[in-house]
Amino acid sequence: MSCFFLARWSPWLVGVGIGVLVWLGFLFSNRAIGCSTAYARTGGILESFIRGKRVKDREYFKKFSPIVDWEWMLVLGVGIGSFFSAILSGQFKMEIVPVIWSNTFGRSIILRLVAALLGGVFIGFGSRLAGGCTSGHGISGSSQLALSSWLAFILFFTGGIATAMFLFNFIGGV
Amino acid sequence: MFGNLRGSKNRQLLTGVVIGVLFGFLLQKGGVTNYNVILNQLLLRDFTVIKIMFTAVVTGMIGIYLMKELGLIQLSPKPFYLKGIVLGGLIFGVGFALLGYCPGTAAGAIGTGSIHAFFGAIGMLIGTEIFSVVYPYIKNSLMKENYGSITIPELLDVRAWKIILFILIVFFFFLSFFKFV
Repeated sequence: MSCFFLARWSPWLVGVGIGVLVWLGFLFSNRAIGCSTAYARTGGILESFIRGKRVKDREYFKKFSPIVDWEWMLVLGVGIGSFFSAILSGQFKMEIVPVIWSNTFGRSIILRLVAALLGGVFIGFGSRLAGGCTSGHGISGSSQLALSSWLAFILFFTGGIATAMFLFNFIGGV
Repeated sequence: MFGNLRGSKNRQLLTGVVIGVLFGFLLQKGGVTNYNVILNQLLLRDFTVIKIMFTAVVTGMIGIYLMKELGLIQLSPKPFYLKGIVLGGLIFGVGFALLGYCPGTAAGAIGTGSIHAFFGAIGMLIGTEIFSVVYPYIKNSLMKENYGSITIPELLDVRAWKIILFILIVFFFFLSFFKFV
């Protein structure tokens, strides 16, 4: 049981474990593990608190209705599972400005939170335009050998690596 | 075989949360709910993220195609549309580097106490809401499907196992490069 208290497991072992979870998603639920539509649905759910049922008239929400579904529960579970893992290894810690960010951009809390929020907006829009995220396309879609997913997987990292290099090596290097 | 389980809505919600808890546990144990680990991957200083993802894909594809051949499951590949995936993928990448998490690892990071991941998640809600408004205007242009839900073996008209074997060979070189560390 002591392995549950370890801070890190081998990435190869974790990768095999996630691959097995992809099998279970298909076998038990006929679903591909993914995370980004849960955010789209949550946005619709929150909006319906303000605008009521009219939200459901929007074309996109006819395709992805603003309800709690399998994937929404999956994303909730991810937060819970990660919480338990962090507690068991004593890694639970409030973090606002992470080390790599503060080394380059300083300790300003406002700057970091604005960047995180803006990054989230890009991720939310980009994932819905591409049709999935690093889980739905990157892992589940690539596992099915989907052409769309391999392309998306490559572009997520192309965009991510180029932007990170620009932010931390170019701007940060000046 | 699993019709009973797949057909019940409440059991499905429970199955979702159970698989999610295991997924979140593995993400945290793998270190990828940590901003610094993801940024070091994007800055090519550490390859934990790619090691986990590549291993997950290799494991996933073998099981998925085995279960498909046994008639236990059906595939659900996402549709292919070049412009939207290229543009959306790159926009996602910009956000990935700014936030330092993706949708799944952000949910996991919130569980480990990351406040900025929570702001990132709020940003994602805003981003998906903006998308839901512009969707009708781009669905016939940027998101016009080129080949439908096609897989690589279907595109190349070869057996899936040939593609799987090729990916396994690439994975073997990847493994030996990192010497299993």
